[in-house]
Amino acid sequence: MTTSTGTAAPQAGARKGAAPTTPAGKAADYLDQRTSIGVAVKEFARKVFPDHWSFLLGEIALYSFIVLILTGIFLTMFFVPSMSLVTYHGEPASMNGVLMSDAFASTLNMSFEVRGGLLMRQIHHWAALIFLAAIVTHMMRVFFTGAFRKPREVNWLVGMLLMIMGLAAGFSGYSLPDDVLSGNGLRITDGVVKSIPLIGSYMSYFIFGGEFPGEHIIPRLFTVHILLVPGLILALVALHLFFVVLHKHTQYPGGGRTDTNVVGFPLFPVYVAKAGGFFFVVFGILALMGGTMAINNVWNYGPYDPSPVSAGAQPDWYMLFLEGSLRLMPGQTEFVIGGYTLSLNVLIPAVVIPGLLFTFLFAYPFLEAAVTKDKREHHVLDRPRNVPVRTGLGVAFLTAFIILALAGSNDLIATHFSLSINTITWVFRILLFVGPWFAFWVTKRICLGLQRKDRELVLHGHETGRIVRFAHGEYIEVHRPLDEQERWLRVNYQAHAPLEIEPATDSRGVRRKGYKKDKRLQRLSRFFYEDRIEPVTPAELAAAHSHGEHDALESTSHEQIEAGTAAVGGGRDLVEPEKGADER
Amino acid sequence: MSDYQNPRSPESSHREVGHREQHGSLDTFPDPGLPEHKSRQADRDPRAAKRAERQVATLFGISAIGTIVALVVYFVIPPDGTTAGVRLSTLALGLAIAFALLGIGFGAVHWAKVLMSDHEKVDERHPIESDPETRTAAIAELEAGVKDSGIARRGVLKGAVISALALFPLTIAVPLVGSVGGDWNVSKFKHTLWKRGTRLAIDPSGRPIKAADVTIGSVVHVIPEASQEEMQSHEWITEKAKAVVLLVRLDPRDLKSDQSPEGETWSYDGIVAFSKICTHVGCPVALYEQQTHHLLCPCHQSTFDVADSAKVVFGPAKRPLPQLPITVDDEGYLVAQSDFHEPIGPSFWERLK
Repeated sequence: MTTSTGTAAPQAGARKGAAPTTPAGKAADYLDQRTSIGVAVKEFARKVFPDHWSFLLGEIALYSFIVLILTGIFLTMFFVPSMSLVTYHGEPASMNGVLMSDAFASTLNMSFEVRGGLLMRQIHHWAALIFLAAIVTHMMRVFFTGAFRKPREVNWLVGMLLMIMGLAAGFSGYSLPDDVLSGNGLRITDGVVKSIPLIGSYMSYFIFGGEFPGEHIIPRLFTVHILLVPGLILALVALHLFFVVLHKHTQYPGGGRTDTNVVGFPLFPVYVAKAGGFFFVVFGILALMGGTMAINNVWNYGPYDPSPVSAGAQPDWYMLFLEGSLRLMPGQTEFVIGGYTLSLNVLIPAVVIPGLLFTFLFAYPFLEAAVTKDKREHHVLDRPRNVPVRTGLGVAFLTAFIILALAGSNDLIATHFSLSINTITWVFRILLFVGPWFAFWVTKRICLGLQRKDRELVLHGHETGRIVRFAHGEYIEVHRPLDEQERWLRVNYQAHAPLEIEPATDSRGVRRKGYKKDKRLQRLSRFFYEDRIEPVTPAELAAAHSHGEHDALESTSHEQIEAGTAAVGGGRDLVEPEKGADER
Repeated sequence: MSDYQNPRSPESSHREVGHREQHGSLDTFPDPGLPEHKSRQADRDPRAAKRAERQVATLFGISAIGTIVALVVYFVIPPDGTTAGVRLSTLALGLAIAFALLGIGFGAVHWAKVLMSDHEKVDERHPIESDPETRTAAIAELEAGVKDSGIARRGVLKGAVISALALFPLTIAVPLVGSVGGDWNVSKFKHTLWKRGTRLAIDPSGRPIKAADVTIGSVVHVIPEASQEEMQSHEWITEKAKAVVLLVRLDPRDLKSDQSPEGETWSYDGIVAFSKICTHVGCPVALYEQQTHHLLCPCHQSTFDVADSAKVVFGPAKRPLPQLPITVDDEGYLVAQSDFHEPIGPSFWERLK
């Protein structure tokens, strides 16, 4: 390999090392001399990524987005984004001779005349549903494991924007075929926009280029759907992934996994195969869905006509929460003030409620950082049980979201279960307030219970089912101690305590500036961390092994648990001090 | 954490165990390090490795076959125009493509899982923040740049640059906003095609309706009478979106009230006509229940009582559906007495102005 470099290019010759001889080597050399790609390859080829099934959720979102682009390009070849009216000739027979927009006619044409057109349409629609489902579940994973903590708060915001852009993409695409169903969806949008105080009417004109529906909305939505929104999504995805590489991926807790390392498999070849293969799995499953499951058969609804509407009509799943929110709001909340109409019956459910939900998600990482006063970087994920209030808040949020989504299907629930729609609506109205609160409380108790169970396991080991009788007649069950990996998983966390703040007055009795703000923060911090379970310490474990000392320790903590749980009316502790003897 | 120094502070009353500082070096367990690597069957048994290799190759083979089948299907099963034909073509093509893709996907993943090295590697992380020297250097660079530009000393220049940059977006925003809303004449919301003498016609045929033809209990979807030519235009769709009416004939004894003021009659012999556009967010209110005289909006379930001025009896709407005053003309056809007396459809800020 160290042959003469006399015939090689001067630069290459000037460098140390050998001139490449293989074609691949020559190509790499050519490229590297022009791009210094060697630096990137050295840096990234063997970059380590941790492995866990829940890390695939974000990948599903990314891959469905790629599928959306591929199938979307196919669809744009045949879709005509125009509202000009034409009389349709062709299949299906029910639509033959019907007056409709170019948009609807071209949708029919690409479904019935273009080979593979219907398949592409159906893959595209399913991919959109999966895209948003994957985004939402990915966000759940990130939320419940605390992956949004420093240094990833900004990437959480990028992800939030991606979710909102996903909603925008779904909504604008859903409306493009100009059928009755999506037309009524647009009409609802128009009604919501008009309810905005002061500028509502003008906003409606802004969107529709005049009165609803006019003849501008489909071309405008088309531009939004194929240029504006996907462009923004692409840019945000690039930023999102840039941050993933910069921060290196988070990892689940376990032996040898710390905040200063990352443990996993190298990008090349493991993740090239796994992640690359997974793209084909996602695409394959979407193709299977598109091939076997009909979706949005617009010819059953017909072209948009402002008069008809079908019962049991549902928006795509990600819009159900808004639909449900609109359905639940009682109408009495519309007021006329000084001759001007304030439609709180529309404004609250369609603008305020989603606004609150999104604000919670946007603000949460910063809120938690503020009440924790934690400035360190976190790369090891939390087990959800170890942060009971966060987990409880997340479940409460999901409960509200699910109740709203179910309320968006209250007519289907009524017809399928032969129930009164009025009763269902009332039940959901009450559940929307009671449900999240209850879900929070239950989840928090479950988390604390699981933490106690962890303590119990660490202190006393696994039950083996082996009963031993002593000579003096005492029966005990033999417990097997945890191995160090099992134990590490259960003790390696930090139970944050509520904030300690400076007193209201300084040493000379002068009132301190900012005390009230600190006090508020402290109150919030207590809400988060007042009830907590500390991890077992080696001292406690040692005490648990020696019967007498262990009992003394456990009985004090026992009283504390009872005092703690009595305040919130929770259940009994799981730690049975007497069992400590069984390990011998 | 600060609380370790104050385990008995009132905020810590719920702490289960808080004695760490008493145990000194015993307060945390040591990290046991990476778990022991468990070898896979294919690592130990060359025959198992060979078998896994065959499985992976088979999966990639299935993919290739899937692609060939997809191409064959594309040419052999064209959609023949019928719904069933399109379905068959979609199904066959979809399945073949699914096999082509899943073969690659499962093949690659299987390969990675059973044959590629599964020894975990450890990379170090470095703090995300730049080190102090870099920060100092970066700030120095910026300061040097500011100094070079002279922006700090030249206040007028700073103001001019900021003003110009703040103003220039208007060159695009103003023409865009100016044109994007059409004529911006939002008062159109308040008027519909209905006027004195407009005949009520059946939607969508456009045939006028004789009062005598409407039987008690029946419900008719109504549009204003218009020429076929008019009905083929876009303006028509926009106008129809405001003008659609639902007409119901009740037994006059069941009609508790309607919206006509004292001294006027807006119904005709038990026939009442209400705007079909929901006063909530504008869906067509299309579901009529004959027994209860209730009209239900299928979008958000606002329920209106037709026998009682279309008042809201349930749901998110606040206002009754506006009533269209009707009567009959000389030939017995139902006609409008006038336009609606209030804007139809969802509420908007200046609705009553």
